[in-house]
Amino acid sequence: MTDSSKFSRREVVTGLAATAGAFLMPSAARATEAAKVSTAARGAAGAVGTAYAPKIYTAHEYATVRALVDEVIPKDAKSGSATDAGVPEFMDTMLDLEPNMRVAHRGGLAWLDHECRRRYAKDFVTCTTAERHAVLDDIAYPAKAKPEFAAGVNWFNSFRDFTATGFFTSEMGVTDIGYMGNTPVMNWDGCPPENYTRLGTQKP
Amino acid sequence: MRRDVYDVVIVGSGAGGGMAAYELTKAGATVLLLEAGGMWDNTKDSDMLVAPWETPRRGGSTPDKPFGEHDACIGGWNVPGEPFTTAPGSRFQWWRARMVGGRTNHWGRISLRFGPDDFQHKSIDGLGDNWPITYDDVKPYYDEVDDLIGIFGSREGMRNHPDGKFLPAPKPRCWEMPIKKAADKHAVTCIPSRLSIITRPHNGRAACHYCGQCNRGCRTNSNFTSTNVLIAPALRTGKLTMRTDAMVREVSVGKDGLADGVIFIDKVRGEEMKVNAKVVVLAASACETARIMLNSKSAKFPQGLGNSSGMVGKYLTDTTGTDVGGFLPALADQPRHNCDGVGGAHLYMPWWLDNKKLDFPRGYHIEIWGGMGMPGYGVGGGMQNYAGGGGYGASLKSDVRKYWGTGVGFSGRGEMIPNEKSFCEIDPRAVDQWGIPVLRFHWEWSDYEYNQVKHMQETFRTLLQEMGAVVRSNMPTKEQGYGIATGGSIIHELGCVRMGSDPKASVLNEHCQTWDCKNVFVADGGPFVSQADKNPTWTILALSMRTSRYIAEQRKGGKL
Repeated sequence: MTDSSKFSRREVVTGLAATAGAFLMPSAARATEAAKVSTAARGAAGAVGTAYAPKIYTAHEYATVRALVDEVIPKDAKSGSATDAGVPEFMDTMLDLEPNMRVAHRGGLAWLDHECRRRYAKDFVTCTTAERHAVLDDIAYPAKAKPEFAAGVNWFNSFRDFTATGFFTSEMGVTDIGYMGNTPVMNWDGCPPENYTRLGTQKP
Repeated sequence: MRRDVYDVVIVGSGAGGGMAAYELTKAGATVLLLEAGGMWDNTKDSDMLVAPWETPRRGGSTPDKPFGEHDACIGGWNVPGEPFTTAPGSRFQWWRARMVGGRTNHWGRISLRFGPDDFQHKSIDGLGDNWPITYDDVKPYYDEVDDLIGIFGSREGMRNHPDGKFLPAPKPRCWEMPIKKAADKHAVTCIPSRLSIITRPHNGRAACHYCGQCNRGCRTNSNFTSTNVLIAPALRTGKLTMRTDAMVREVSVGKDGLADGVIFIDKVRGEEMKVNAKVVVLAASACETARIMLNSKSAKFPQGLGNSSGMVGKYLTDTTGTDVGGFLPALADQPRHNCDGVGGAHLYMPWWLDNKKLDFPRGYHIEIWGGMGMPGYGVGGGMQNYAGGGGYGASLKSDVRKYWGTGVGFSGRGEMIPNEKSFCEIDPRAVDQWGIPVLRFHWEWSDYEYNQVKHMQETFRTLLQEMGAVVRSNMPTKEQGYGIATGGSIIHELGCVRMGSDPKASVLNEHCQTWDCKNVFVADGGPFVSQADKNPTWTILALSMRTSRYIAEQRKGGKL
């Protein structure tokens, strides 16, 4: 056969050999091994902080996004803010990877500036906190929003979602939300008994 | 390689092709396995245990990974360079996996045997066709598949949901218990899932470590893939040659009217190649196998190989599906704990009613979802739908914490009755990038399916209400097809190369051997005469094992 088929075969056999050791180990060691074999550093998240040079956002857009994400997810007693978690960098990366996201997302940022200028003759970034909140209050609660703000409401729903994804998939956000998995478990024993009890059921 | 004559060439490396390679090499045959996609090995290439922040999309989908960048499966409903068409008025989506192991890299490991009724359902309700074989014919192979691959489950003694040789099932997650409680209240059978994930060390493979990421590919081979559970041991026999990026166009036929090999395109070099073999096993997936057969036209078989009955491509089915989800307030602010478990639900609901008392003839099973799974793209979304009304700032941040993991839902997966209006054929006007004529799909649901899906919707809404869940979607109307999923979107295409007892009305005999050409066999979902309310993989494996044993016997007897 050809070289490509030999290559394929070697690939499979190597994979099998790597696995063959695993089943002989006691379960604790097996779990450690499982953790070890996971590809560790991807380095894909990129640097976090103001030094980041946006690939898609203009300087003004980036300043607006940095201000806005921290209005959406601010620092509190439990964890840092959206910028602390690298959300603006994540957003810029996504816009770079997914060109179809750009128009609606950046258009919304422009809409926000228009609205701020109409009311206060200033861009969002130069508005005071009270002024920013006055505009956000009109678009952040869809059930209460006036029809004339529909475009802003629609955009802010997606901006809020985008910010939440960026924050709660960061290491800081995953710790904050309390996700305790993504780790090998030696013996699965269901949930802690109090969780079942809270739900009016018994631990099986 | 033109001079080589293999005993068997197998087209496709998924469940059916992998099993055929395993069985036939074990029986001593020299086998060539052709795969249209590239190499991918779950023990090395998987994203298992990669954290969400380690990748740029945080798990979001990519063009070749519609189920997210961490998903093992390369492929999807749109494969670059490999189009398909649909007839006017038909909606159908055709999923293809393009990689070693095929769809066994993708599936939920739901491993349900068909029951006695599923093989002979026409005898019960007069619809569709009976299989030429019975449960008793397939049972020994199901048992062997259970032993070889490993499956967990519970012994329940249900007649049409036969027990297998099960490893212990994992305990339910806490969010699954209110679902079971509601099901029990409404007399809906709710039992441990039956998944091909090993909860004990099994045949040299490590037991599951409960990271819940089966879909990413398991680095310890604790779940089933064709790649490392079937193909790897086949390679170790020294009898198997595997060739990737080999897109098969047609089965070639010799002067004696028998197949003498296959013609494929080497996708890397862009060259057409012929390989010779004494036996051809097609396991390219139901529709791809039909496509190869229809494109295999010769003087002897002008309608395509194995198609003297005109039945190749006919009676294509997919599983029916619809979903309803809700927000369960009781799950808000749960004490945090690891609820990953295995990849997939720990409980499910097999079909529990008598169709004689209903307005649709065939059943469905219910899959459930929920839990505090690993945050990924989309986490914390849609907060405007909760009590806080959306907003921003500290209240939004605490709302996301509060409501995370409160979503639960149900997906129905039901049996479609094969019909004459749902089929695939060659589109005479279109070819793919390799110059191979493409498939055109015709699709139509009947009231059997619509009424069944309506029942799913009503059942799910009843159960959610019983649990105290808030459901935001409205019951879909008749005009909306009661929320029925598009044909092909459940990715269970079956039939269209059906087996039967009449050569005029079927493509294959009971051994999945073409009536027209004794050395061509089919070992994927193509031979299925009906769907059943069960996922097909376990039956594909059992049938492929059965067919492979037959091929080995016939070869030994000098008949092939």
